[in-house]
Amino acid sequence: MNMMSEAAVEKALDKKMNDMTYKMIGNDVSVYYGEKRALFDVNLNVRENTVTALIGPSGCGKSTFLRTLNRMNDTIEGCRVTGKITLDGDDIYDKEIDVVELRARVGMVFQKPNPFPKSIYENIAYGPRIHGLARNKADLDQIVEASLQRAGLWTEVKDRLHEGGTGLSGGQQQRLCIARAVAVSPEVILMDEPCSALDPIATAKVEELIHELRANYTIVIVTHSMQQAARVSQRTAMFHLGQLVEENDTDKMFTNPDDQRTQDYIMGRFG
Amino acid sequence: MASTHILSAYDEELKYLNRRISEMGGLAEQMCGDAVRALVNSDTALAQKIISDDVILDHAEREIQDKAIVTIAKRQPMAADLREIIGTLRIAADLERVGDLGKNTAKRVIAVQGTGVPRKLARGLEHLSELALVQLKDVLDVFASRSAEKAEIIRARDEEIDAMYTSLFRELLTYMMEDPRNITSCTHLLFCAKNIERIGDHATNIAETIYYIKTGAQLEGERPKDDTANTVGAPAE
Repeated sequence: MNMMSEAAVEKALDKKMNDMTYKMIGNDVSVYYGEKRALFDVNLNVRENTVTALIGPSGCGKSTFLRTLNRMNDTIEGCRVTGKITLDGDDIYDKEIDVVELRARVGMVFQKPNPFPKSIYENIAYGPRIHGLARNKADLDQIVEASLQRAGLWTEVKDRLHEGGTGLSGGQQQRLCIARAVAVSPEVILMDEPCSALDPIATAKVEELIHELRANYTIVIVTHSMQQAARVSQRTAMFHLGQLVEENDTDKMFTNPDDQRTQDYIMGRFG
Repeated sequence: MASTHILSAYDEELKYLNRRISEMGGLAEQMCGDAVRALVNSDTALAQKIISDDVILDHAEREIQDKAIVTIAKRQPMAADLREIIGTLRIAADLERVGDLGKNTAKRVIAVQGTGVPRKLARGLEHLSELALVQLKDVLDVFASRSAEKAEIIRARDEEIDAMYTSLFRELLTYMMEDPRNITSCTHLLFCAKNIERIGDHATNIAETIYYIKTGAQLEGERPKDDTANTVGAPAE
C-alpha cells in the first residue's frame, strides 16, 4: 500500500466515523455494585470503525462502562445494570441474547496479558474451535495465521507456534491476546488498559496495531495514559465520579476541551 | 491561573516562561522608544547602547525556547498548558523581531547624523512610535491579564499606525522631490518609519497569540489594514 492510498483509507474511515454510524448505543446506563452506584445515567454512543478512548481518574466508572458493553459485569456478584445498551440495534441485555455469542461479537483484551497455559497455536485456535468457525484443520491453520498476521505477531512466532504462549515477552503476550480476540471475528474489541504492563516499545507496537485494527473493527479502549488516548483514538469520553463529563473529537479534547473538569484532569490540575 | 498543577515544579516552569516574556517585552519596548529618541536627537551614544542591548534580547529568546522545549518533553502539556507554551514561543519570536527593528533604527542614527532630521518629520516619527509603543505596552499588559476581549481591541487599533505610516511616507516623498540632497536621509527615515510600523504588526501578532492561548480559537476575519503606502505614487487608474 503506498502513502496516498493509506491516506485515502484513513479519510474514508474518518468519513464513516462522521456519518455517525453507531455500532453500539448506551442509553441512561447505570451500574450498581450492591447498594453502591458506580455509573449514573451514562449516554454514550460508540461509532463504527472508530477508536473511542475512555479516560478519567481511578474509580470514575470508565472500566465499569467498558464492561457493560459485553456484559462482563454479569460475572460480578451483586452487580446490577439499568438502562439500555444496543449492538447494531439489538438490546444486549435482552433475555434472548446468548452471552457467549455476544462476547464473541464484542471481544475483550485485559490489562495484564493472560494467555492460556497452552501453545501459541492453541491460544488462537481455542475460540474458533468452540464457536465452530473452522470446518477442518486447514481452516483452523488459516485462521491462526490470519489472526497472528492481524496482530502483527506472525513473523515473530511463525517458527514456534507449538511452544507455550506464556514463554513470550510481555508485549508479545499482549499481542497474542489481541490475536486471540481477533480470531473469533469480533465486531467490537474492548481494551482495558492494554499497555499498562508493557514497556514503551511494546506499547508502541500495540498502539500501531490498534491503529490498523480500526479499519476492520470498532474499538473501545480504557487508558490511564492521556498521551495514549490522544495518540490512538478519534473520539474521547471523559468520566468523573460515575458520570460522563464530556465526549468529543480527540483532537478537540486534548487541545481545547469544553468542560472544566476535563481541562483540569488532562492538564494535571486540582479540580 | 485559576488552579495549580499537582506538580508544583510544572507551575514554576510556566511562571518562569511568563516572567521571561515580560522581561523581554520590557526591554524591547525600551529599545524601540530609545531608538526613535536617539534618531531625533542624533544621540549616537544611545544608539550604540541599543545595538548592544539587542544581544540580551536574542539570548532571552533562545533561553525561552530551550526551557519551553524541555517543559514540553518533560510534562507533555495538554490543552491550555500546551497552548500557553506554544504561544510563549511565538511571542518570544515576535519580541525578538521587535528588538531587531529597534536595533535597525538605531543603526541609521549614525547615517542621518550629518544632515539631521527636519523638525516636522521628527514629530511625525515620534508620533508614529508613540502609537506603536502604546500597542506594544498594552499587548504586554494583556499578556499578563490574559483578556481575550482586550487582545481583540488591540488588534483592531493597528489600523491607526498603518494610516499614520502612510501619511509619513507621503511626506518623505515630498521632501525628496523638493530637494534631491534630502534623498539619503529621507530613505533612511523611510526605513525607520517602516521599522516602527512593523513593531505595530508584531504587537498585533502577539494580541492574536494571546487570544489563541486564552480561547483555543483563532481570531476571525482579516486584520484591519490601513497601510496604503504600497500604492502611493502609483498612476491613478
